[in-house]
Amino acid sequence: MLRFALKRLVSLAAALVAASLVVFVAIEVIPGDPASYMLGINAQPETVAALRAQLGLDAGPVERYFTWVSGLLQGDLGTSYTYRTPVANIVADRLWVSLPLAIYALTLSTLIAFPVGIIAAARRGGTADLGIMGATQLGIAIPNFWFAMILVTVFAINLRWFSSGGFPGWDQGFLSGMKALTLPAISLALPQASILSRVMRSALIDMLDQDFMRTARAKGLTRGQALRRHALRNALIPVLTILGLQFSFLLAGAIIIENVFYLPGLGRLIFQAIAQRDLIVVESVVMILVFAVIFVTFLVDLAYAAVDPRLRAS
Amino acid sequence: MKTTSLTAALVLAASSTLAQQTGITLGMQLEPPHLDPTGAAAAAIDEVVYANIYEGLTRFGPDGSVLPALAESWEISDDGLSYTFTLRSGVTFHDGAAFTADDVAFSLDRARAEDSTNAQKALFAAIDDVNVIDDTTVEITLLDPDGALLFNLAWGDAIIIDDSDVETIQQNPIGTGPFKFDNWYQGDRIEISAYPDYWGEPAKLTQATFKFISDPTAAFAALMAGDIDAFPVFPAPENLPQFEADPRFSVIVGSTEGETILAMNNQNGPLADVKVREAIAHAIDRQAIIDGAMFGYGTPIGTHFAPHHPAYIDLTDLSEYDPEKSKALLAEAGYPDGFSTTLKLPPPSYARRGGEIVASQLRAVGIETEITNLEWAQWLEEVFRGKDFGLTIVSHTEPMDIGIYARPDYYFQYDDPAVQALVAGLAAVTDPEDRSAILKTVQETIARNYVNAYLFQLAKTGVADARIKGLWENSPTQANDLTAVYWEE
Repeated sequence: MLRFALKRLVSLAAALVAASLVVFVAIEVIPGDPASYMLGINAQPETVAALRAQLGLDAGPVERYFTWVSGLLQGDLGTSYTYRTPVANIVADRLWVSLPLAIYALTLSTLIAFPVGIIAAARRGGTADLGIMGATQLGIAIPNFWFAMILVTVFAINLRWFSSGGFPGWDQGFLSGMKALTLPAISLALPQASILSRVMRSALIDMLDQDFMRTARAKGLTRGQALRRHALRNALIPVLTILGLQFSFLLAGAIIIENVFYLPGLGRLIFQAIAQRDLIVVESVVMILVFAVIFVTFLVDLAYAAVDPRLRAS
Repeated sequence: MKTTSLTAALVLAASSTLAQQTGITLGMQLEPPHLDPTGAAAAAIDEVVYANIYEGLTRFGPDGSVLPALAESWEISDDGLSYTFTLRSGVTFHDGAAFTADDVAFSLDRARAEDSTNAQKALFAAIDDVNVIDDTTVEITLLDPDGALLFNLAWGDAIIIDDSDVETIQQNPIGTGPFKFDNWYQGDRIEISAYPDYWGEPAKLTQATFKFISDPTAAFAALMAGDIDAFPVFPAPENLPQFEADPRFSVIVGSTEGETILAMNNQNGPLADVKVREAIAHAIDRQAIIDGAMFGYGTPIGTHFAPHHPAYIDLTDLSEYDPEKSKALLAEAGYPDGFSTTLKLPPPSYARRGGEIVASQLRAVGIETEITNLEWAQWLEEVFRGKDFGLTIVSHTEPMDIGIYARPDYYFQYDDPAVQALVAGLAAVTDPEDRSAILKTVQETIARNYVNAYLFQLAKTGVADARIKGLWENSPTQANDLTAVYWEE
C-alpha cells in the first residue's frame, strides 16, 4: 500500500510541474495589460509605465515564471495586482466559502443518492424504480442555475425564509453561515444526486447477478439485505470515481451558482481576476485547483485500493 | 382603560422607534479592487468612498456644481496663477489625527509626483507648487492659469489623505468624511458607519453596507427579497417597469457624465474621409438604439458633451437619421457600393446590444461590419492602445472630458490644430461666460467634423426602497454620496 501511494505521489508531482508551465504560458498569451486595465482610459502612458514597474510587470516572462514557481514552492502565492494584498489571504478567504459549499453539496447529494440508488436497485423494474428513474432524469436535465433561481423565488422572495444570496462570514456564527450556503448547496446537489443515484443503481444491479449474491440469497437473506451487506461495498468503486469527479467540479465549477447567489467563492474570484487581468491571482488559483483535482484523484485511487485489494497488487 | 391605552401608546412608541431605520444596504455591480481613489480608475472605488470616507479641498454637489469641502474659501490672484485656500479648522482624520495644510501639500504632491500612479494625473498638470502658509492656509501656484483647477480638485483622485496612512489606505481607508471605514468582507461587502467627530453636518444614517452583486438577475432577486435597500446603478433596465409598478420601490432616473459614442478610427481606410464619417453619422437612428439597447433610457446627443451642462448645445440636427443622405455621401466619397470595416465591442450591454443595432443600420446603407466582442482588458489593449479597429462603441464617463479631442494620439486619432488651440486656450480662461463660449465652439467643431457618431447620454437608472430619500438622482461623478440620505417615516 505504501509503495502504491509513493508511486502515485511521484506522478502527482510531475503533473503539477507540467500544469504550472501550461497555466503560466496560457495566461501570459491572453491579450490585455493589468496596468492599463487599472488606470482606465484617461491615464497617461508614463503613469501606466510607472504602475507596470511597481507591479514588477516589466520583467521578462522567464524571470517571472521562476519568481512565481519559487514563490509557490515556499508557499508564497504572490501579491495580487488589483487588490494589492497577498494572494494566499484572498484565496484562503474564498476557500472558506467554496470548500464548505462543496462539502455541503456533496454530503447532501450522497445522503440523497445512496438510499435512492439502493431502493431503485432493490425494486428494479417496480413503480418505485420507474419513479426514481424519471425523477433523476429530470434532475440531470434541469440546469442548476435555473433550479437555483426557482429556489430564490420561492424561499427568498416569496417566503423570506432565506436571503437571496451573499455570505455573512463565519465570524457571524456557524449557523448563519450554513444558512447562507443552504440554497446554493441544494441547487448544486440536485443534479449531482441524480447522477450519483443512477450510478449507484446500475452498479448494484451489476452485482445482483454475481455468484456471491446467489450464495448470500441461498443463505436466506432477502434481496435488500444481500444488497446492503454484500453488493454495496463492491458497487462503491464506480460511485467513488463519480464522487471524486464531482468534488473537483464543485470546487472549481460552482462559478455559475456563486454568481446567482453572489457568494464570495473561488469560482467568482477567478472569473473577476481574469476580467481584471490580475494574472498572478488567476495563475495561483488555477494551480490550487489543479492541485486539488490531482489530490482528490489520488485520494480516490487510495480509496479504490482500500476497497479492492486486487488494485494494490498491480 | 386608561392603563390599556397608555400601554398601547407605549407599545406603539416602542415599535415606531424600532421601525426607524438608520442603516442602509446598497447594491453595486462591481467590487472595488482596493479603496484608494488616487491609485486606480475603477469607478467602484469612488462609489464607496467619495464624499463618504474621503474629502478633497472642493467637492461635486448632486447637480455637478463645485462646492467647498475641506477648503472653506479661496482667493484667486488677478493673474490666475495663485490660489490661496483657507482650510476648515477642527477637522480630524478617522484615526484622530488633525487635518492641516501639510496634508494638502502631501496629497497633491504625491498625486503629481513623477512616479505617481494616479489615473487622472493630468488633472494636476498645471500645478507648479503647493506652499503651506500656516496650518489652515495653503497656496497653490500654477505654471499657467487653469480655469478648471477648482473642478479638478473636486475629483476623487484629488482627495486629501494623511501621510502616515498612505501605506494602508488601500485596505483600511482613513479620511475626514462623515463616515468611517469598518469592515471589508472581500467578495461580499464593505461596511462603513457614521464618524462621531465629523467637522460638518453629521450624516443621518448611522451605518451603511455596500454589497457586491454582479449578476443582474441576482440584483433583481436581492431587491425583491429585501436583502438590499437600494441599487443606485441598477444593471438591468428591462426590469425597471416591474419596480415602477411596485409601490415598495421607487425608480430613480437621472443622467450621468457618460457620453456613449460610436467611436471611429479617424486614420483608418475609408474612415479617414470626413464624408464617410458623416455618412455613418446619418445612417444611425439614435432613438432606435436607445429603445432597443437601453429600453428607452438615455438622451440623444449630437456632440461629446453632457446635455445637463450649462454650456451644452443641441447639435443632433447635424447628424439626423437620413439613410438616403448617407448613401449619397458614400457615393460622393467614392464608395457607391459601401465598404466593410470592423466593429469591436466591449462588454457593457449598451455596447453589445447597441452594436447589433448599429451594424444593421449601417448595413442598410451598404456598410458591412465585422463584429468582435472583447473583454475590457482586451478592448483596452487592442482598440484603445493598439488603435486596431474601425468602429467601436463606448461610454466616456469622465466628467467634462471634451479635452480628449485635443489629443491626436487618443484612440480615435483626431488631429485638428484648431481644436487643440481652443482646448489649450480654455485652460487660461476662468470667466464662466468665456469658458462656455469656447466649449460651445469645440462642441460644434467636433460635431461638424464628424469625429465620432454621437449616440446618447447614458442614463443613471437606480432602484430604491420608496422610503429612502436623499440619494443622488444624477451622477456628476461616480459616487454614492450618503451624507444626505435618510429613511422617511
